[in-house]
Amino acid sequence: MRITLHIWRQRNANDAGKMVRYELPNVNHEMSFLEMLDVLNEDLIAKNEEPVAFDHDCREGICGMCGCMVNGMAHGPLPGTTLCQLHMRHFKDGDELYLEPWRAKAFPVVKDLVVDRTAFDRIIAAGGYISVATGSAPDGNAVMVPKEDAERSMDAAACIGCGACVAMCPNAAAALFTGAKIAHLGLLPQGQPERQQRAIAMVAQAKQELFGSCTNMGLCEAVCPKEIKLEVIARMNGDFIRASLSGR
Amino acid sequence: MELNSKSPSGPIETRWERHRFNLKLVNPSNKRKYTIIVVGSGLAGGSAAASLAELGYNVHCFCFQDSPRRAHSIAAQGGINAAKNYHNDGDSIYRLFYDTVKGGDFRARESNVYRLAGISLNIIDQCVAQGVPFAREYSGYLDNRSFGGAQVSRTFYARGQTGQQLLLGAYQALERQIGLGAVKMFPRTEMLDLIVVDGRARGIVTRDLITGKIESHFADAVVLGTGGYGNAYYLSTNAKGCNATAIWRAHKRGALFANPCFTQIHPTCIPVSGEYQSKLTLMSESLRNDGRVWVPAKKGDKRAPSQIPEGERDYFLERKYPSFGNLVPRDVASRNAKAACDEGRGVGETGLAVYLDFRDAIQRLGASVIKERYGNLFDMYNRITGEDPYSQPMRIYPAMHYTMGGLWVDYNLMSNVPGLYVIGEANFTDHGANRLGASALMQGLADGYFVLPNTIGDYLASNKFEKVDASHAAAREAEANVNQITQRLLGAKGKRSVDSYHRELGKIMWEHCGMARNAEGLKQALALIPPLREQYWSDVRVLGTGEDLNQSLEKAGRVADFFELAELICRDALDRNESCGGHFREEYQTPEGEAARDDEHYAYAAAWEFQGVGQPPLLHKEPLTFEYVHPSQRSYK
Amino acid sequence: MSAIAINPVHRVVRFYEAPIGKKAIMALTGVILFGYVVAHLLGNLQIFGDPDQINKYAAFLHNPANAGLLWVARSALLLAVGLHILASLQLWKLKNDARPVAYVKKDDAAATYASRTMMWSGPIVAAFVIFHVLHLTVGAVVPLQEIAPNEPNVRANVIAGFSNPLISGFYILAIVLLCTHLYHGLWSMFQSLGFSHPRYTPKLKKGAAIFAILIAIGNCSIPIAVMAGLVK
Repeated sequence: MRITLHIWRQRNANDAGKMVRYELPNVNHEMSFLEMLDVLNEDLIAKNEEPVAFDHDCREGICGMCGCMVNGMAHGPLPGTTLCQLHMRHFKDGDELYLEPWRAKAFPVVKDLVVDRTAFDRIIAAGGYISVATGSAPDGNAVMVPKEDAERSMDAAACIGCGACVAMCPNAAAALFTGAKIAHLGLLPQGQPERQQRAIAMVAQAKQELFGSCTNMGLCEAVCPKEIKLEVIARMNGDFIRASLSGR
Repeated sequence: MELNSKSPSGPIETRWERHRFNLKLVNPSNKRKYTIIVVGSGLAGGSAAASLAELGYNVHCFCFQDSPRRAHSIAAQGGINAAKNYHNDGDSIYRLFYDTVKGGDFRARESNVYRLAGISLNIIDQCVAQGVPFAREYSGYLDNRSFGGAQVSRTFYARGQTGQQLLLGAYQALERQIGLGAVKMFPRTEMLDLIVVDGRARGIVTRDLITGKIESHFADAVVLGTGGYGNAYYLSTNAKGCNATAIWRAHKRGALFANPCFTQIHPTCIPVSGEYQSKLTLMSESLRNDGRVWVPAKKGDKRAPSQIPEGERDYFLERKYPSFGNLVPRDVASRNAKAACDEGRGVGETGLAVYLDFRDAIQRLGASVIKERYGNLFDMYNRITGEDPYSQPMRIYPAMHYTMGGLWVDYNLMSNVPGLYVIGEANFTDHGANRLGASALMQGLADGYFVLPNTIGDYLASNKFEKVDASHAAAREAEANVNQITQRLLGAKGKRSVDSYHRELGKIMWEHCGMARNAEGLKQALALIPPLREQYWSDVRVLGTGEDLNQSLEKAGRVADFFELAELICRDALDRNESCGGHFREEYQTPEGEAARDDEHYAYAAAWEFQGVGQPPLLHKEPLTFEYVHPSQRSYK
Repeated sequence: MSAIAINPVHRVVRFYEAPIGKKAIMALTGVILFGYVVAHLLGNLQIFGDPDQINKYAAFLHNPANAGLLWVARSALLLAVGLHILASLQLWKLKNDARPVAYVKKDDAAATYASRTMMWSGPIVAAFVIFHVLHLTVGAVVPLQEIAPNEPNVRANVIAGFSNPLISGFYILAIVLLCTHLYHGLWSMFQSLGFSHPRYTPKLKKGAAIFAILIAIGNCSIPIAVMAGLVK
């Protein structure tokens, strides 16, 4: 099938960048989206043009490295799917696709579709952990975790840190990402001692990174490849408000 | 060269304890005076960097991805083994040790494996404390399942994302140390050379992948936790970025490479669909618990699976291995699938696939039970292939998955280059010739959390370290080497892309050094690879500059190393005239077609010393002795 | 993570500085304003009662003896409106700062219409409230009738006002916008204050929709009844 791509090309952080149109006359519907980009890049190299830079690694939907906007949707039109697991059979012959990098002040463009997401790491470094030095843990069965709590914690822990939530959010907020980590750890007994400081520290870091503010629109939830629920944002809000009131 | 494994002797149960007591310690207040470089941030590298920083060392950690959380450990699905015996089903440290030595087909070091089995207990405790949301029973206690044919339930898991959750635990511990300033993290930075000063590893040369800046970093010890080399085969279950560059360039600086031919093929992967295929997706081997593997009995039968009557199907694993059936180990299942396809009985458009059929299980248990057990995997299969495994059988084919070989290390995880430590999949030790399911995560974390932090202090405390900086001749030479490689790749200005060469190399490797090997094929591969490598250096086309993010340039350097490594893999495979574990030589099989080991001549780890590109490497042998688990023939009939 | 206790002033500042603090303030002031909308509607619906019932209610509110209370209520409302608007403007600025480069293509269809239009429905409703106060409280649009000092003839004023189709049209439009604003605001305030539950949140969303529609029907019933000649 024939696919027309409009791709954001930008040499580096200082370049202005622009959309460039490419025609792919022979796309196999069995290809993954990234394999289509591989084919485009092979064509470009053959024509002595620089290939399109895009982040990707595991190509099985778990590393969180890949992702771009496809016609205004983060990771493209299929719910619960990363870009690497999206296949071309979900598109039609003659489709015109606009590919843009994640856009947020906190995610500056590095090149083409590649952005810098280290702001996420700094949010985790601010408090997204349980402070336990190697070797000091008690027996694994010393702490019991109700099955339902473990399951809900796992739902939140499934976050792959891809940044689609930020990219899709009209406010470029990192609420779903931050909330997912706060919920993951806050739902477990091991996470209780640091729960309040964690919320204060991570929320403050997200603001410092210049992410926007959540307005409960739910677009993050709609595009999250791991289908993490807005509920985690409420948990973050609750933990933050409680921590603020209790004076930590 | 004398290979001293430094394995302790005496009763195996107390070897690690006695060894630890004999190691020198670094005074707590002196630890911050030592700098340690950790390359790689997966389960091994990430856990090591975090634990070393907790001890007080000054740690510099490097990864080529944009964040340490992306390392490919994240993709492990099934689980992690630990001999907790929570199920009272007869498990013990000794049994895990026994299973691992036997599963590795008697090509691993007993001391290391016993230590690994013992540490498995601490790993679970540590990960639970970090907040890894392991699966729980309704009582709130940890749940286990049996995995990969083990006869006890010792596998801990977090849905089908155990690797992800364990990695995030290590990543969070690492980020905590970064936040505290104890670790300096260098994401999107690739190690391109090792700096060896006076015979000791003292630093690395890196390229900043965004600015292209080539820089030297110095330390008192260098730790490589950079994973395996399965991508030498181009198509594998590894992430696209997985590469052997760090270990290969360390090898070129003198580190021995052990057992490179020990590669593992995973039987249940989604088959290749076309030339554009970029990677292979693994599906958990738990699928074989309920799925039945078959191909049409007749050659070239192109009917849809539902049109093939029961009598014209060949359930070849059940036929050949009546007692284990579809649950035979990975290598046996893989080889038999290949044999069926080689006979022309493969299915699907390419003929390179066999069916994994759930029809009978769905009839017996109902679709809802199957959905509960494998829903995620079925959804993933459906997403990738567009086919519904509830109504038609899955098509599967084996794929390159894991590499047991790697840089040679002693009991302290130090390579033969003093100060160079190698951990996780990057080293060669614990799995012998074949890795058991749910053991990779265990080894990576054992090395990083519990072994290395104990052993590295001995080296630091026993040596004096003069200051080294970028003006040192060794650093200047290493930087010049890296610059020269970059310039050569950019300057070739040839006709073909990096990927096209990588794909071609992968085909040679898969064809001649894949699931089954023979001397003739290996010799052919050894005749094909060097000219292709030569052509690559003169004909590769890498566009753009070295001063920007340049993904083609990154790949080009890695593929150049795969060419040299591929040659070593074939050489090692040709040299090992026996079949064991993942290394199956067609000439060496029992009358029943099973792997025939030759313990008399090949009970050693083959550690190769680099002698120059295109030069035959030098073989050193570390003999393996088995005092506890006595070599026997595996049988799954 | 630092766990150092800080003084209360600093704590309040830190709370409000965080986007979540601002959202919590919006939620809390939203609760007050929502309460007012409900109370106001209940008062107004008295127009359907006895012809002089609503005027008696107005006289009660305007009784000089209650002036203190009235102004307390008015100040509280004003303060709530002020904070609600201030926080929303600050969040709006944050939003624009957080994404300086816009997408060429963006598909927001997955979000509700109400949530996407908060920044439009809010100011229009605010403009309407000003008009509404000028119209029926201050009398700046059309002169108001009084039965006696401090006893406005609300009934007559309402009928006179809503007999003008322009005024009624604007009123109905504003109420519809107010109710979409309320729909998103109502369930959203639970979310902002930290309440969410897989079982109750979907019900909450449905409840918010029903409530918003009921309020719209109640409010719109008045101009429609006036124009249809049901209230004379």
